[in-house]
Amino acid sequence: MTMSSALDITRAVNPPRAVFNDFPLGHTAGKPLEPAVNREIMIATLRAFETIRTPGSIELLPFEWSPDHSWKHAGAGEGDNRAPRTEELTYQSEDDMIAASEGKLAEECIVCSNWSPESRARHSAG
Amino acid sequence: MAEPPVEYIRSITRQYAKLGYKPYTWVYNTDTPPWQPLRKPLAQSRLALVASGGIYRRGQIAFHSKDDTSLRLIPTDVRTEELRTSHFAYDQTDARRDPNVVFPIDTLRGLVREGLLGGLTEHAITFMGGIYSSRRVREEVAPTIAGYLEAERADIALLVPV
Repeated sequence: MTMSSALDITRAVNPPRAVFNDFPLGHTAGKPLEPAVNREIMIATLRAFETIRTPGSIELLPFEWSPDHSWKHAGAGEGDNRAPRTEELTYQSEDDMIAASEGKLAEECIVCSNWSPESRARHSAG
Repeated sequence: MAEPPVEYIRSITRQYAKLGYKPYTWVYNTDTPPWQPLRKPLAQSRLALVASGGIYRRGQIAFHSKDDTSLRLIPTDVRTEELRTSHFAYDQTDARRDPNVVFPIDTLRGLVREGLLGGLTEHAITFMGGIYSSRRVREEVAPTIAGYLEAERADIALLVPV
């Protein structure tokens, strides 16, 4: 089952089963600090495992982000506000970088073969 | 007033053209998707959570933003406070306040406790989904994830893209 907040992209990718939540990107599985709503969303998502019987179906869930739909126009027509793409590891905080350099959880980090030699070196150097 | 869903493909295509970027090649899969009927009732099924929002656990290596196809295994008994995000292309403010918006771990653990879901695999699988090469996703990332789903003896998988 795929959860989605981008209906057109999910239609194009055409996964076997999907549910669509009409929420802003970055909230595919629910709302921050609203466990009761998120529980309802997940129950509806799991129910779709039982109800979807046609490959490629997308069930539209009834949840609403907010009665005000102005978020749908946010960012439209603006420039590119994404950070530039580099091979620098982007930690949430410096403290995380230090914790990672201790290497205790390395076995849970599966580094695939396409990392460049530079990023491997940086990785092993911590 | 209710409005139709955002048309991301159209607006991103338009934005790229305006910025003078090379057009992005969207994936259109037109074949009927593969199909596996549910094998067991949900209350007996072991679910694997797979999320592309750049989630890592404190102590793990973070992600980089240039077609990073690496994966992280997050133990599903992880303390939520140890979860972090590393992604260049979405607003992580809410994900950092409450990882459940892109990694619904507490939500799923709650439904397991309630008995609606059989259980979770030992690990969830995460990666940073801003990988521009769909070929790498198809040929490297997806088969690796599928291998882990088998190794973790998942009955069902829940994919949470961003």
